[in-house]
Amino acid sequence: MKRLVVVGNGMAGVACVEQILKYDPTFDITIFGDETHVNYNRILLSSVLAGERSADEITLNTLEWYVRNNIQLRLGVRVVDVNSEDKTVTGDDGSVTPYDALLIATGSSAFKPPIEGLDKENVFAFRTLDDTRELLLRARPGVKAVVIGGGLLGLEAARGLQVQGCDVTVVHLMSTLMERQLDPDGGNYLTGKMEDLGVRVLLRRSTTAIVGDERAEGVALEDGTVLEADLVIVAAGIRPNVELAYKAGVRVNRGIVVNDFMETSDPDIFAVGECVEHRGICYGLVAPLLEQGKVLAATITGNKGPEYTGTLLATKLKIMGVDVFSAGDWSEQHADPVRFEDRALGVYKKLTIRDNKLVGAILVGDTSDSHRYMDWLRSGVDLSEKRSHLLFPPPASDAGLDIAEMSDNATVCGCVGVTKSAIIHAIHDRGVCTLSQLKETTRASTGCGSCTSLCQNILRAVAPDFEEDGKKVLCSCVPFSQDNLREILRGQRLKSVQDVLDIYGNGKGCEVCKPALSYMLDMIWCGDHDEDRSARFINDRVHANIQKDGTFSVVPRIRGGVTSPAELRRIADVAEKYNVPMVKITGSQRIDLLGVKKEDLPKVWADLGMPSGQAYTKGVRMVKTCVGTDFCRFGTQDSTSAGIEMERRFEHLFTPHKVKMASVGCPRNCAEATVKDIGLVGQEGGWQVVVGGAAGKAVRKADLLVTVETTEQALEAAELFFQYYREQANYLERTYDFVERVGIDKVRKETVYAPESVKQALLDRLKKSKAASRDAWLEGQTPVNPTQFIPLRPIERVLS
Amino acid sequence: MNWIRIATCDSIPPREGRAAVIGGKQIAIFNLGDRFLAVDNQCPHQSGPLCDGIVAGDAVVCPLHAWKVNLETGAVARPADQEACVRTYETRVDEGVVSINL
Repeated sequence: MKRLVVVGNGMAGVACVEQILKYDPTFDITIFGDETHVNYNRILLSSVLAGERSADEITLNTLEWYVRNNIQLRLGVRVVDVNSEDKTVTGDDGSVTPYDALLIATGSSAFKPPIEGLDKENVFAFRTLDDTRELLLRARPGVKAVVIGGGLLGLEAARGLQVQGCDVTVVHLMSTLMERQLDPDGGNYLTGKMEDLGVRVLLRRSTTAIVGDERAEGVALEDGTVLEADLVIVAAGIRPNVELAYKAGVRVNRGIVVNDFMETSDPDIFAVGECVEHRGICYGLVAPLLEQGKVLAATITGNKGPEYTGTLLATKLKIMGVDVFSAGDWSEQHADPVRFEDRALGVYKKLTIRDNKLVGAILVGDTSDSHRYMDWLRSGVDLSEKRSHLLFPPPASDAGLDIAEMSDNATVCGCVGVTKSAIIHAIHDRGVCTLSQLKETTRASTGCGSCTSLCQNILRAVAPDFEEDGKKVLCSCVPFSQDNLREILRGQRLKSVQDVLDIYGNGKGCEVCKPALSYMLDMIWCGDHDEDRSARFINDRVHANIQKDGTFSVVPRIRGGVTSPAELRRIADVAEKYNVPMVKITGSQRIDLLGVKKEDLPKVWADLGMPSGQAYTKGVRMVKTCVGTDFCRFGTQDSTSAGIEMERRFEHLFTPHKVKMASVGCPRNCAEATVKDIGLVGQEGGWQVVVGGAAGKAVRKADLLVTVETTEQALEAAELFFQYYREQANYLERTYDFVERVGIDKVRKETVYAPESVKQALLDRLKKSKAASRDAWLEGQTPVNPTQFIPLRPIERVLS
Repeated sequence: MNWIRIATCDSIPPREGRAAVIGGKQIAIFNLGDRFLAVDNQCPHQSGPLCDGIVAGDAVVCPLHAWKVNLETGAVARPADQEACVRTYETRVDEGVVSINL
């Protein structure tokens, strides 16, 4: 059996091995990786740093994959020598491994610029999962971070750290950011975006030294300024790792020189990925590496034929709130520029056209058309007929045209390498008709996710039974999706459930659509609608939870789970007076009185003298708290007060489904905030606000919404999410399903990272709803109708 | 015939039901807007209080497990193929008072 040794366990090497296994599964393969992790998606490190994904979620090949394919995996071993005469490699553990074919996929490392003090503590690169973990350990509100380098990686690191609450400054040597991908105008727009997000940008500054004793305390610039720094990230570019190739004696320029078959100057040594130089170019992006891997797999397995002829360079910045795309040659020397810019929107677009063909594109602020331009760049299509709408997509009626015009071998998903024809194949031959099925079948849109809308469009245009994921009609009484219904209610200014049913439905309604419509009307009109109790479930007519025997349970509001002796005495008296069969402590730090008769409810509420805990409705349940700083020796934040305040701000409001919250004073998380719909997690110097957690029917760890410094900021972030969920979620959709469906990225973009005006509007609507809401138990004194709580007593008995 | 005057029409809001206690027995009376319908206040499934259900056309949905009972016939409309049904009662309205025939 032929022995293949792969040096490098990164995306390029392993992707190539995957291709090799397709040709010839009989290779005896050994992979060396100097990191201690299985192969992960390096492009997504920025989203790990920003807290959008966990380290596990970016794993590309699990240990089982290596085992299943009989691959010897040597993690944590660095190959230090190659003997191309004896055909062996030597590891830093002293092991000597023979090969028949050697694949060098050593990638690249962070370039260390000539700056003094790079070896100090708290100075990191941002290249690996370990780097990312180190940064995450240290990033917290108030930490001053300086990022040296305003390129792609530097900006991704800066934004990630800023999301974690750090105070971030980017120092860049050149006069504009990402100058290799953007022209000066595009760079200026990007600077504006970063600054709007709260990242400080210093341009044309050269760094001379990291100052401090053992640990970094500051960054000294050439002009004499010293920036305070608790954390320094060096992102000044990458260098191909070519030492091993030197030792092997193969030809090396900037990278390891390969030909179109991906062969080096040694017939038994091959190379792929960022360490390679092909036709004078070293690629640092993922798409070229995957293409190279496919070609090399053919060559190495004796199926030589396919050629690698280079890849069109295209870059997308993957940071939240900043959309940047750059491809091809955007210089204006031999091409005509076509531009659009809008300062208020922060949108800049430039295309360069030569001989009626697109040769380059830059998009800042709106990258929704990037796939269209990539396709034009790749296919070299003649644009003469499109000249009038180069910068804007054709009108909606032509939406399918774009898809039809894409060539079959156009790449739709650059991360996984899925073409349009592969998707169409999946649709026709495998019956795929939803996005989730497409992900399952082809893996398209499972990488960075930027091609999701394009995948949707192809499905929409091609799949005969296309179904929007999660977009079902509410019910057969009113056959519209909930999105659609919300639009209708708003647009037609409908304010009563019966009107909606009469105009858009069957006039009758049922137990599914009536409560849903009731919720929507209350939410849309901020409480200023025609409340129709007949459309509410019994719990919302009598404000208590119906039990199996027709009696009700009563849960008074005990904000934050904090009560008093007097309150407890009253509860005990009520329980005795009304012969309550069971008094129970709930899982939500509250007290439940079970088995109360409907007609007794008003008296029970009056005697309790406490507001409704809404334990019976799709509404705000409670905020569970720990004892925070008041008594706990570990508490770092006053979680009890924060929780009580959050409960006060949200109580009495309706939500699409129940909302359970928690507030904890330290990461020990004693009130389980990370499995709640909204959680406040206190930490030294600030709060993490987490959303979409669950520990009921489903178990899900909440996603980080934002990290902030003050309690007020944390409460405001919670308010933004709370109102966004109220407005955007479908009725009976818990936050954990909602966040998963929409994606935390989008949620963040449209709440905490939304423009000020959008945030203010969300808060205003919440305020309005809150002002119109009241404690439901007040109806005990003033019922909405005389028989709300009492049965009918026959007037008389008549004989006829 | 044993007609019993129960309550004024306005004691039952449109599209809602109320229980009337008559000699220890509960009867659910519903206001369908254009007429009143009455059935035993016990779901054939697990005796849930039908008067507390949401009205769907001329049927009511039991609040406990969403069985659907036709108020005109007393037949169970959901789940399908149920033999069980509830007893129905005649109703009439005189001078704003709803009566049922026991």
